[in-house]
Order: sequence, then structure tokens, then C-alpha cells
Amino acid sequence: MEQYVFYILAAIILVFSFLTVTSRMILRAAVYLLFVLIATSGIYFMLNYNFLAAVQLTVYAGGIAVLIVFSVLLTSQLNEKMEQVSLTKALAGGLIAFAGALLTILTIVQYNFRPNGLPELEPSPREIGHAMLNYGDNGYVLPFEVISVLLLAAMVGAIIIAKRPAKLLNEDRTIIDTSYPSDKNAYTSRTKAEIDSLLK
Amino acid sequence: MIDGIGLQEILIVSTIMFFLGIYGFFTRKNLITILMSIELILNSVNINFVAFNKYLYPNLMQGHFFSLFVIAIAAAEAAVAIAIIIDLFRNIKTIDVEKVSSMKN
Repeated sequence: MEQYVFYILAAIILVFSFLTVTSRMILRAAVYLLFVLIATSGIYFMLNYNFLAAVQLTVYAGGIAVLIVFSVLLTSQLNEKMEQVSLTKALAGGLIAFAGALLTILTIVQYNFRPNGLPELEPSPREIGHAMLNYGDNGYVLPFEVISVLLLAAMVGAIIIAKRPAKLLNEDRTIIDTSYPSDKNAYTSRTKAEIDSLLK
Repeated sequence: MIDGIGLQEILIVSTIMFFLGIYGFFTRKNLITILMSIELILNSVNINFVAFNKYLYPNLMQGHFFSLFVIAIAAAEAAVAIAIIIDLFRNIKTIDVEKVSSMKN
């Protein structure tokens, strides 16, 4: 029974990963990615790592996927299809990926994995919390603290990068408005002519 | 462990997922789709860590914790990358990697 559930999850993961990297509608690609992430959390549930599966669902499926959908909505025309990948590029990329996958799978199938056969440990949230703040053996307090600093730095960095620029220039480089511009082109700190020359 | 499923099956699934991510990374031109390919790659690596932990060293938790930290790093990376993408779109009105040749200003 469990076997078939795993095969279904694996099929979902493979089919939707393929669609994620080939779909030409960008919002659909984002939704397919969401399905892949949810199926992955299903595999974690089957392996009895319930806390990790919950983290996968909340952070990946709930956080990152929604963030990506929002950025798609902010930056793209929804009905517009992305241009077709050129045949040579698709062929070269596909060949490299296929060769790599073939090599890795052959190695995996031939290698003789030896489990150490000790009794299974099923981490409860309580044990995970103790291990996270433990500085002895099997303690992870250093990576835990480093990751908190990283998250703080990422948060500050994201806010500073995505913040609205302070000055907005008109065609003759006079500052037109520093508070809330009425037309949406005014959100840029460049003039329209500069954007056109950059895109050439 | 999953009844009737060996370590190899899980590793094969994650390998194919990894190389699909690599394929997307090579062929896509839109920055957001490239970011999605990177998420696929990170996710397949997580599956590997968890599977090795469960099947080969079931009495330890290293793989489990490593996946937790990878998820946190992926979240931070996605947040910064999307901030950069939105800023880029605001400045030059495109997120196509081939048109984004200037990082000046």
C-alpha cells in the first residue's frame, strides 16, 4: 500500500517538475512548482519526519511559492506566453541534463549502500528543539545562531533593495516628486529615454 | 522507512528532479523561472539528505537538521532574489536575462 502511495508521489514530482521547467505560461509554472513542493512534503511524511514535512509545507509551499506567485504578478503580463526555447539550446541543455542524470543513476544503482542497522529515531518537536539549542554532542546551536543572523540580514537586505527609490526624475532630470507619483512610469529613477537606450 | 521502497528509488526520483532543475536553469531566460529551477534543485538535495539519514543512519538526525537549515537558506535566498528582480523590473522594465546587461546605477 505504502509502496503505491510513494509511486504516486514520485510520479507527481517528476511530471510537475518537468512542466515547471517547460511551461511557457509563467504563472502556471509557479503553480506546478507548488505541486512539486507539496508532493515532496508527502515523501517526508512517509519517512516519518513529521516536523520537517510541516516546515516544508509552511516555508516552501506556503512562503516561497506564494512569494514567487506575487513576484510573477508584479512583473509579468499574465496572458503573454514566453518565447519558444531555441532548438539548439533545448537540445544542448537537455543532452547535458540527460547525460548527468544517466551517469548519476547508474552510479546509484551499482553502489552497495550499507545501512548501519541501528534502531530508528523518530525526532519529536521536543527533541528537535533540545538539539537545536544544545552545544554538546549532536547539538546545533552554532548553525542555529548563524541562520538567525542570515535571516535578519536577508530581511534587511530585501527591504532596502526593494524600497521605492527616493528621487524620481523627469525627462529634463528635474526631480518631479518624492512622495507618491501619480503615473506608474514615475516609479523609476531613470528617464524613459534612458530605459529605451538600455534595452537596445 | 517506506515499506517496499529502497533507498535507490528515492535517490533516482531526486536525481531526475535535480537534472530537470539543471535543464530549466540552462534553457530559461526569465529570471523568475530561473529562480524556480534553483528551488527545484535545492528541494531535490533536501530529499537526498533526508533519505540518506533515514535509510543509512536511522539512529542519528544530521540529515534532518541539514534539510531544515537548507530550507531556511532557500527562503532567505528567494526573498533577496525577488527583491532584486522587482527592483530590476522597476528600473529597466524587463526581467529577461539577455536584456539585463547593465547593472549600472
